Amino acid sequence: MEFKDYYQLMGVARDATADDIKKAYRRLARKYHPDVSKEASAEVRFKEMREAYDVLRDPEKRAAYDQLGANWKQGQDFTPPQGWDAGFEGRGGADDADQSEAHSDFFEALFRRAAAGPRRDSAAAGLHLPGEDRHARIQIDVEDAYIGVTRNISLRIPQIDSDGRLVTRERQIEFVVPKGIRAGQHIRLAGQGGPGSGQGAAGDLYLEVGFRPHALYRVDVRDVYLDLPVAPWEAALGAALEVPTPAGVVELTVPPGSAAGRKLRLRGRGIPGTTPGDFYFVLKVVLPPVDGDDARAAYTNMAAQFRSFRPRAVLGAHT
Amino acid sequence: MNNPPKPEPGAPATSHILEELSDLTLDDLCRACAVSAELLQELVYEGVLEPRGSTPQAWLFTGVHLRHARIAVRLQRDLGVNPAGAALALQLMEDLEFLRARLRALTGQI
Repeated sequence: MEFKDYYQLMGVARDATADDIKKAYRRLARKYHPDVSKEASAEVRFKEMREAYDVLRDPEKRAAYDQLGANWKQGQDFTPPQGWDAGFEGRGGADDADQSEAHSDFFEALFRRAAAGPRRDSAAAGLHLPGEDRHARIQIDVEDAYIGVTRNISLRIPQIDSDGRLVTRERQIEFVVPKGIRAGQHIRLAGQGGPGSGQGAAGDLYLEVGFRPHALYRVDVRDVYLDLPVAPWEAALGAALEVPTPAGVVELTVPPGSAAGRKLRLRGRGIPGTTPGDFYFVLKVVLPPVDGDDARAAYTNMAAQFRSFRPRAVLGAHT
Repeated sequence: MNNPPKPEPGAPATSHILEELSDLTLDDLCRACAVSAELLQELVYEGVLEPRGSTPQAWLFTGVHLRHARIAVRLQRDLGVNPAGAALALQLMEDLEFLRARLRALTGQI
């Protein structure tokens, strides 16, 4: 297993005071707390740091850890020496309720394994603890929110085996993405978190939903937007078009005299729900390329025809 | 908000949109957050959660309350903030999320 340099992980010196360690923890926790940070690695970083803090804030654990010596490097291959913690009490800190989350193999080997066995068998001891909740982020396509689709997620679940050892097991969970879900919302899968001990109920699984970037659509809370390219004559004269939406192709009437940037709304065709969002087409006038004499002549004719047209009149008299 | 019956083997797990749950009792919240009623009552008295109903027995919470309660509990446990600090953090996080969503919409990213 890898050695964990808890001092390095917390950015403190080996002789740091308890106060220094607490301050470092608070500072790092504000930066990496999964509820606060949007960094992708925040959760992993926070768990590492939490583990380091659980050891360094506890004088017994810290003293036992320090006894390993200062020559180990973060990530170095490590096996605990025989009897490494002789003379220290208070190890096996797994009895703090808020530390029920799985720590690294390194932590488990040093501070928990010795305490495994009968104490681990909490059901026999009459303890019925609820399982921990689990969290994950998933990305779905905006189309999925219109219909509700079935998806799979694979989770690594830490479990205690019959010998009291901590093992991780891969678990596939199939679930329905509820129709009408929006980015930033959470899917709650009751009873799909960590298993409880004894007769304790399993925890819940929370999936934070985000939309994958889409080539056509962008989403603003409940409303969905599509930039709709139109030819100048379609914008000027009006047109009946067949256009895509996440719910399928619809017929859209572009009114005559539409300017670029005009928004055409399909009420209630955004993300579905009790208060459904709206779907907006944003007109984007695109010009045919001048790729030949005929095209050039057409634009020249247009210029002649619209000689009195002042496209920049709003900028002032001289433009 | 009891745990749903075990789905049929092979059937997808039962899913809900957390933010759209409603009529959750104080007991439901305690179980979902794995904390005592006293701690959640403090969050109500500090204005972090604003349930319907006038007494703790009659309180009804929404899924958004549940989400906020869970965050507030974690912030208190991990960062040592008090309920008022958690309330402020939640408000700022909401504002930030709103601005991020607007920015994503305006810059054309989903």
